[in-house]
Amino acid sequence: MTTSTRLLAGLMFGTALTIAGAAQAQVKEVEMVHWWTSGGEAAALNVLKDDLQKKGYSWKDNPIAGGGGAPAMTVLRARLTSGNIPTAVQMLGFDIQEWAEFGVLANLNAVAEKEGWDKVVPQALQRFSKYNGQWVAAPVNVHSTNWVWLNKAQLDKLGGKAPANWDELVALLEKAKGAGIIPIAHGGQLWQDATLFDSVILTTGGGDFYKKAMIDLDPAALSSPTMKTVFERMAVLRSYVDNNFSGRDWNLASAMVIKGEALMQIMGDWAKGEFVNAGKKPDQDFVCIRFPGTQGQVTFNSDQFALFKVGASREEAQAVLASATMNPAFQSAFNVVKGSAPARTDVSDAAFDACGKKAIADLKEANEKGTLYGSMAHGHANKASVKAAMYDVITSHFNRQITTDQAVAQFQKAVAAAK
Amino acid sequence: MAHSPKLALARPGPHWRDRLQEILPRVVLAPSCAAILVFVYGFILWTIYLSFTNSRLMPVYEFIGFDAHIRLWTQQNWYVAIKNLAIFGGLYIVVCMGVGLTLAILLDQKIRGEGVLRPIYLYPMALSFIVTGTAWKWFLNPGLGLDRTMHAWGFTSFNFDWLVNPDMAIYTVVIAGVWQAAGFCMAMFLAGLRGIDGEILKAAQMDGASPYAIYRRIVIPLLRPAFLSAVIVLSHMAIKSYDLVIALTGGGPGNATELPSTFMYSYTFTRNQMAVGSASAVIMLMTVAAVMIPYIYSELRERGR
Repeated sequence: MTTSTRLLAGLMFGTALTIAGAAQAQVKEVEMVHWWTSGGEAAALNVLKDDLQKKGYSWKDNPIAGGGGAPAMTVLRARLTSGNIPTAVQMLGFDIQEWAEFGVLANLNAVAEKEGWDKVVPQALQRFSKYNGQWVAAPVNVHSTNWVWLNKAQLDKLGGKAPANWDELVALLEKAKGAGIIPIAHGGQLWQDATLFDSVILTTGGGDFYKKAMIDLDPAALSSPTMKTVFERMAVLRSYVDNNFSGRDWNLASAMVIKGEALMQIMGDWAKGEFVNAGKKPDQDFVCIRFPGTQGQVTFNSDQFALFKVGASREEAQAVLASATMNPAFQSAFNVVKGSAPARTDVSDAAFDACGKKAIADLKEANEKGTLYGSMAHGHANKASVKAAMYDVITSHFNRQITTDQAVAQFQKAVAAAK
Repeated sequence: MAHSPKLALARPGPHWRDRLQEILPRVVLAPSCAAILVFVYGFILWTIYLSFTNSRLMPVYEFIGFDAHIRLWTQQNWYVAIKNLAIFGGLYIVVCMGVGLTLAILLDQKIRGEGVLRPIYLYPMALSFIVTGTAWKWFLNPGLGLDRTMHAWGFTSFNFDWLVNPDMAIYTVVIAGVWQAAGFCMAMFLAGLRGIDGEILKAAQMDGASPYAIYRRIVIPLLRPAFLSAVIVLSHMAIKSYDLVIALTGGGPGNATELPSTFMYSYTFTRNQMAVGSASAVIMLMTVAAVMIPYIYSELRERGR
């Protein structure tokens, strides 16, 4: 036998094995569609993979790159249409509800009751994990969007005090401008502009107003004087962003703060991952605070694993996956890496850094006080079509294509048209 | 533009070889014809049907009438997209042809090194739009490219921020598009120029016509077929432009560079408004058809003669 024929024989044998294995792999296999392709995220997911492999289930990884998961959703549509259904799909807020409405998600109540998910998952999250009283998804984490990340060295130069309300924030930004550094590192992308908007509306109108305008879509709130103030403040923030911000990715904006070129970034807590990966320590190299004036309130978004209706033969593997996802040890390990807080309130914060501990404490407080709100920017306050309509107005206004008055006038109209 | 090969007219031939020669092209073409029938025309019909439903996340097949079309024409974004297509499409076609014709005429002066220059101008066409978009994005970014280099060289008053300026961003798309396609136009016109009978030009020179007059009155009118082909190719490229915009500006700043194609994609796949996305696709199809049908008609008529 020459090398090449041996190679060929090996290949054929291997192929035959794979084909033979494919038929039964379905039963003892979990297929996961997700968009966690960055190093830290992939490492976090490996925790779950190893856990399942110990239990005797193979893991079929199906990562689809593309932030925010739009490409993944496109692939999912095609697969569902052709009847090739994955075990679980990473999904956000209203997408879960829209798919559930379509009647394609599984019912996990048996597992949820056995493990008491109802008691440990915050109510605001359950609103997305459950559809008509049925658990259809297992929440993996809670990110929150009303954070500010400051470069500590630059902050110390400017007086060292983190701002506690809007006026102090503006004063600090003005100082930074005077000192010749970029006050806010920001990337001009729809969702990033909207992330700023989340925090501004929360600090301007408070939690009740946020809920009225963003979640209930109350027309009076959407066109109120408060909303005008919100847009005015967005214009103020715009004046502290460098002119070169269009299209900049969020992690490049984080890098500007890490390097000290910029003072702060207003971004969800996934930004912490960038700081930590660059070898920076909380409270030594960078400071994390809630957006000035929003302490005690949390706008969140949560990654969940939506579980699809698979045949009876695959349901067992699916239940094991759901249970492993909700396991406190996994929740802790995963979220330490991801920068988010666990999706259940009974996980110990021992393994988390200072910012992580703060995130967990804030989440608990907001959950108890009822001030935990879904983030509009990340699809947890309203449907995709409404969110996109809001994006359009927020972004046109932030890019100075329309005036504040025009923005307020268009905002409520755009929402009404998209409902 | 591909033309379907002419099918031999059927003649009853006793010989099996003649028979085979007659049948073979049809046999070979049948599968691709069937595939085109299903995957192009079938799906066109499917999209048209979807635009009359209330599909949002996934296709639903309940007919509800013109609702999606009405919603399409109430979207501010759609008007931005149409306006941008008019600006981009118009400039892209006109400037590409102008630059292409100029280059072709200059190359046609029997200069040395033509064989080297021609591929240089033609080469951008070989790149994908994504590559072109990304390269120009870096080149035009005020913090990375041209602006910064000029400042570093001491031209501090130099200012070129079109890429991040909502009013001017669409013109950067034109610049990148023209850079990519101008060489292709040049090749078309060059082929046209080479096809002109030298006797006519000699006769004109004998009559004492200036070079300018020769080009204006004789050469350019003779290039009519090349012009027509160029317009057709460029206009459908302009209407389909998607990847260039996505790579260059991502539709931004704000929504300043939204085009119908990016509108269609985002409404269909990210905004869960599949019916509105389909309606916009139908409008795009009608636009392309409005350009193509007269062209195909005139082609067929010429051949019939």
